[in-house]
Amino acid sequence: MFPTLPIGPLSIQTPGLLLLIGVFLGLNLAERRAAPRGVPADRLYSLVFVMFLSGLAGARLSFAAQHPAAFRAAPLSLFALDPALLDPFGGLATAALAALIAGRRWGLALWPTLDAFTPALAVTAVFIGLANLASGKAFGAPTSLPWGIPLWGESRHPTQVYQALGSAIILAILWKRFGRPAPPEGGLFLQFAALTAGLILFVEAFRGDSRLLFGGLRQTQVIAWIALALCLGLLERKRSRLAAEAGAGDPLSENRSPQQQ
Amino acid sequence: MISAQPFFRRALLIGILLLGLGWTFFSRVTTENAAEGRAPAPQAGFPAPAFELTDLDGRLVSLTDLRGRPVILNFWASWCAPCRAEMPALQAVADEYAERGLVILAVNAAFQDRAEDAVAFVAQNGLTFPILLDRDGQVNRRYQVHSLPTTFFIGPDGLIREVVIGGPMSSASLRVRAESLLESVP
Repeated sequence: MFPTLPIGPLSIQTPGLLLLIGVFLGLNLAERRAAPRGVPADRLYSLVFVMFLSGLAGARLSFAAQHPAAFRAAPLSLFALDPALLDPFGGLATAALAALIAGRRWGLALWPTLDAFTPALAVTAVFIGLANLASGKAFGAPTSLPWGIPLWGESRHPTQVYQALGSAIILAILWKRFGRPAPPEGGLFLQFAALTAGLILFVEAFRGDSRLLFGGLRQTQVIAWIALALCLGLLERKRSRLAAEAGAGDPLSENRSPQQQ
Repeated sequence: MISAQPFFRRALLIGILLLGLGWTFFSRVTTENAAEGRAPAPQAGFPAPAFELTDLDGRLVSLTDLRGRPVILNFWASWCAPCRAEMPALQAVADEYAERGLVILAVNAAFQDRAEDAVAFVAQNGLTFPILLDRDGQVNRRYQVHSLPTTFFIGPDGLIREVVIGGPMSSASLRVRAESLLESVP
């Protein structure tokens, strides 16, 4: 566990640094693989910039809306350089909404843009696991298995390593598809999302800090299962439509044999 | 054959979802393996490690004696700029919530700070909450404090609710967390 990295008089927060490296590497990869999907690389960066700014503002405003009394007592705190005053879900929702609006204004189609972003998401997912390992968060349940890591006074499942390794495997599985667009549109993104939801569903079982629902069910697993079902359902619908179009004589279909044609 | 492909694919998808449902049910947390009886550790969800330190007046303060009251435990040093910047906000929150039972303890990293600088800073800023001196660094090590300031929010049950590494924390941030801690007082 290395939550901070001392560099001279400065103390850099390692998890944040790892996330920044992940986003940087991921965007670099996405930029190089975006062109065949018809998404200009500079538009990808513009979209990230819009999402970053709107996400930050949304996270702060959402936090303030949930705790109005605290901000009434200290209104200037609204502009404080304090990351503890951010609501991540509010930030994510605002960033997604801003991306939708900006994408529509710039004429970016939703599914190809999500496909173009997938390499960035896949690389960042690996670094999220590493960032959790550095901070000691998302820790595992106690275990006597030989690969357990000593953390918070006990030998625990290295769930952060499971997460990072699983994400690296997903990255390797999808790697060849990053630069080769294939129908259906959005298929790459949905495959990544389904694989990641499956990974979370699996790894969460070894976590020692799960939030619980009724009957001891783990909240994250329930959310991951719903996400998995949605992604698989959408993927299946897109494939069925593609097959129907191919059957109806769609000249763009790649999967038909010469006999079928 | 062509019509059989979607059938098998859909059967596979339903199989995956059923497997996921089974795994979710199988790995649910039972009362036997619930997060109870954890050893103290400086992490959210764990009991706060116990300590005893003396304050600037030589009085002994024990964290265990404060069980039943919410505690904000701040690690600081007088040479640390963000620590200095957040002290007025800590004092404001201490004044505002003292009557409701909130305790603020500021552990000075005395093993790497000069006592006269710490005393001067406290006097200059009119800090009234206990300033504890960690002369040998044992409490900093026990709480795995790698950078200053680091603040632990401890519930009345002695469990750490949140750890904030770095600063300065704003007064709104401290108020929100103070309110949250006070809500958990039975």
